[in-house]
Amino acid sequence: MKAKIRKIVTLVEETQREMDREISPPTRRAAAIAVIDNPFAGTYFEDLSELMAIGEELGELLTVRAVTALGIAGPSAESYGKAAAVGEDGELEHAAAILHPKLGTPVRRVLGKGAALIPSSKKRGGMGVVLDIPLGHKDAAFVRSHFDGMEVRINDAPRANEIMVAIAVTDSGRPLPRVGGLTKEQIKGEDGLR
Amino acid sequence: MPEVVIRKRVVCVEEIFHEGGPVAEKPLRRAATIAVIRNPFAGAYVASIEGFMEELKPLGLEMARQLVAVLGGDAKVVEGYGKGAIVGSAGELEHGALWHVPGGYAMREVLGGAKAIVASSKKVGGPGTRLDVPITHINASYVRSHFDSMEVGVNDAPRADELLLVLVMTTGARVHARVGGLKASEIKGEDGLR
Repeated sequence: MKAKIRKIVTLVEETQREMDREISPPTRRAAAIAVIDNPFAGTYFEDLSELMAIGEELGELLTVRAVTALGIAGPSAESYGKAAAVGEDGELEHAAAILHPKLGTPVRRVLGKGAALIPSSKKRGGMGVVLDIPLGHKDAAFVRSHFDGMEVRINDAPRANEIMVAIAVTDSGRPLPRVGGLTKEQIKGEDGLR
Repeated sequence: MPEVVIRKRVVCVEEIFHEGGPVAEKPLRRAATIAVIRNPFAGAYVASIEGFMEELKPLGLEMARQLVAVLGGDAKVVEGYGKGAIVGSAGELEHGALWHVPGGYAMREVLGGAKAIVASSKKVGGPGTRLDVPITHINASYVRSHFDSMEVGVNDAPRADELLLVLVMTTGARVHARVGGLKASEIKGEDGLR
């Protein structure tokens, strides 16, 4: 394990009612978040490949945690997203190094497919910073019912020399989707968009 | 008494490997389960509310069992517990107090007759309010290594007419506990205190 992990948090949300209507089956989403040491905190480093390797490792670990928390097989997942928060002694580029070059491949391996771009967000912040992980359908980014977001927050992270890395996975879209657009039944699944 | 109507359930598990010191052989795990339910007494002063505690008992038991399940299914691993409630803005603090009996009873029952009082906190607040749920040893309140707390909250709850109910269980002491006091190994287990 290249990442020095201080803490892993998993979170499952299940919505059973919305506006006093029963949601059946309930919509469910899970996030798994690792709090890791930032090897580049405090100084400018040109080569960020160590963080890219950490991203690859966490892509698998956190996706497995999230689908396990949902109690589903990877291919049953419907939407996904990723996000990172860098502690105050790091730079935004550190989050980019974890999230973008190598994290996606193991995520898609665990989930079976995943033709769509994994929506992402990143920021720098102090302990307790709120991360809104954007969510989109894993096989067709334009599925409107699955545009969503999940808020996560850990009161004691990230410390100045840490990075918080989050992956969210769902088995459903929003609770009461009714704004039209492409539905999941209409997915062609060729280009990751429709 | 009115029935219990659940809008949303959230489960959060924290796994703590270290906090700057040696990596724990067995990481500390803290788990929280949250139910967001309708507050049947929101909006007006209702003199007689006590009966609702009975309605909450099955929910308490289900939540306590869920915590044991997410911690691996063996109640013996549970060493600490706590409970709490957040009352939406159209309710009063006293509505949160309805959780004391069903929440505490449920955890004791599921843990096979834990002796210590279940530490608790409660407040009135809007959606996204965070609650620090206090945690103490399940059999002896004075075990110093197990004084802990877990911060919980749900970004869209409680709404004005809702109650957010929480139970927390942990698997051990603070990850680098070293401030002395009564040890878990010294518990007499007669009075729930020592």
